Amino acid sequence: MAAILYRGQRVELAPGESVLDGLLGAGIDAPHSCRSGHCRTCLARAVDGPPPPGSQEGLKDAWRELGLFLTCKGVPTADLAITTVDDLGLEVGATVTEIARIGRDVVRLRLITDAPFEHRGGQFVSLVRADGLARSYSTANLPGRDDFLELHVRVIKDGAMSGWIARELAAGTRVAVRGPDGECFYVPGNPQTPLLLVGTGTGLAPLFAILQDALRHGHRGPIVLLQGAVDAGGLYLVEELEALARANPLVEYVRCLLRGEPGVGLEVGPIHSILKARWPSLRGWKVFLCGDPDLVLDLRKRVFLAGAALRDIHADAFVMKPRASSSV
Amino acid sequence: MTSLYEQLGGEPAVSAAVDIFYRKMLGDERVAAFFDDVDMDSQAAKQKGFLTMVLGGPNHYTGQDMRTGHRHLVARGLNDSHVDVVIEHLGATLTELGATAEQVAAVAALANSVRDDVLDRPQGASPARC
Ligand code: HEM
Repeated sequence: MAAILYRGQRVELAPGESVLDGLLGAGIDAPHSCRSGHCRTCLARAVDGPPPPGSQEGLKDAWRELGLFLTCKGVPTADLAITTVDDLGLEVGATVTEIARIGRDVVRLRLITDAPFEHRGGQFVSLVRADGLARSYSTANLPGRDDFLELHVRVIKDGAMSGWIARELAAGTRVAVRGPDGECFYVPGNPQTPLLLVGTGTGLAPLFAILQDALRHGHRGPIVLLQGAVDAGGLYLVEELEALARANPLVEYVRCLLRGEPGVGLEVGPIHSILKARWPSLRGWKVFLCGDPDLVLDLRKRVFLAGAALRDIHADAFVMKPRASSSV
Repeated sequence: MTSLYEQLGGEPAVSAAVDIFYRKMLGDERVAAFFDDVDMDSQAAKQKGFLTMVLGGPNHYTGQDMRTGHRHLVARGLNDSHVDVVIEHLGATLTELGATAEQVAAVAALANSVRDDVLDRPQGASPARC
């Protein structure tokens, strides 16, 4: 019979028993609610061994890719080591190797971690200062290609972390990174799917990673990137993105400004109006939304109403939940 | 007798139905305000619970759950007309997925059977509808 390994404990399963039943039977207070596979309270992650057959049905492909599964569903076929979602989050030491201002209020940080730090380009991590102060930032580059971790930090006046980064942080400073977390990353396997990436501010960071990852994997469907800002000064990485779009006919890069004059690859107006005019139907598209939380919430609903399936809409939770207040 | 949940194809069919149904609800101004929650993913998970329940699939909901689960909406004005809208979109969703008129009627009857619970009033308090 299969056994579950959880927090150093080995739980033998009875025939036909689900992971959740096994844990509860062993007196472990595992999170759960509906026990029918809807509420997702019982979500856990398979860290060693295959998730039980059927236990990933209906989950987003990014979640499946991360080994997340519903413990109330399916019967394990082999020994399985799991963590609950709360237990995720490894911390590793890192050294800052480069700090560069790449936008009006955007700083690019590059770090080298002391140990390999497994993540997918576009996921977010917590950057932890020596005194424990921590903030979440998305990764903007690809592990496997680069040996450093790249983060884009929006500098906020009086921001405890970002102010420190902008004013005091120097190459060689020791920090730590914790994570990774989040579902905004490219999942190979459906190379024809049209991709829509919409971001404002440093929401561009994960999109930049996703875009590069898609190209690296030979994505063959259209990739549309909308970068939004109030005015041209709020944009960054424009030259890099224009070069990427020129080199890849599949990539369309559109800057969306609230104020300014329209031009080639530059539209003026609210992003949702631009989207609606140019891409009225998003049926079959995979969508990534990153940036200003209110905008993300609003767009999420609009792209859903425009036909994108719920499981194909990705917006990272840290911009949606109260934790957002700590993402400055 | 197999449930409509199984006849329609089980979990994958219900996942497809959630998208269609939830899009209809959010796009309908008569009821959209009740779904104005920040977390669309968890809302959708709950709608999946709703659909599984009314299709007779595996679920553990009780009438009491329906009372407590909708009480905050009743406080915001949830009434019979909204339940009618739900049943309307539910029927249209199932029809799109290939359900027959009899099957739609059976689901509507199941949804109607918890009407009093959802609206948090004594069982049998409402004149029968549909
Ligand atoms: C026809 C009878 C109805 C049934 C059988 C039903 C069933 C359900 C079920 C099973 C859930 C999931 C509860 C959970 O897992 O936490 C739910 C949640 C919900 N229902 Fe209904 N429902 C009905 C009518 C309505 C109506 C008329 C509305 C509003 C127009 C509505 C709005 C909601 C909302 C907003 C939630 C999520 C509540 C939350 O966020 O806590 N429901 N319903």
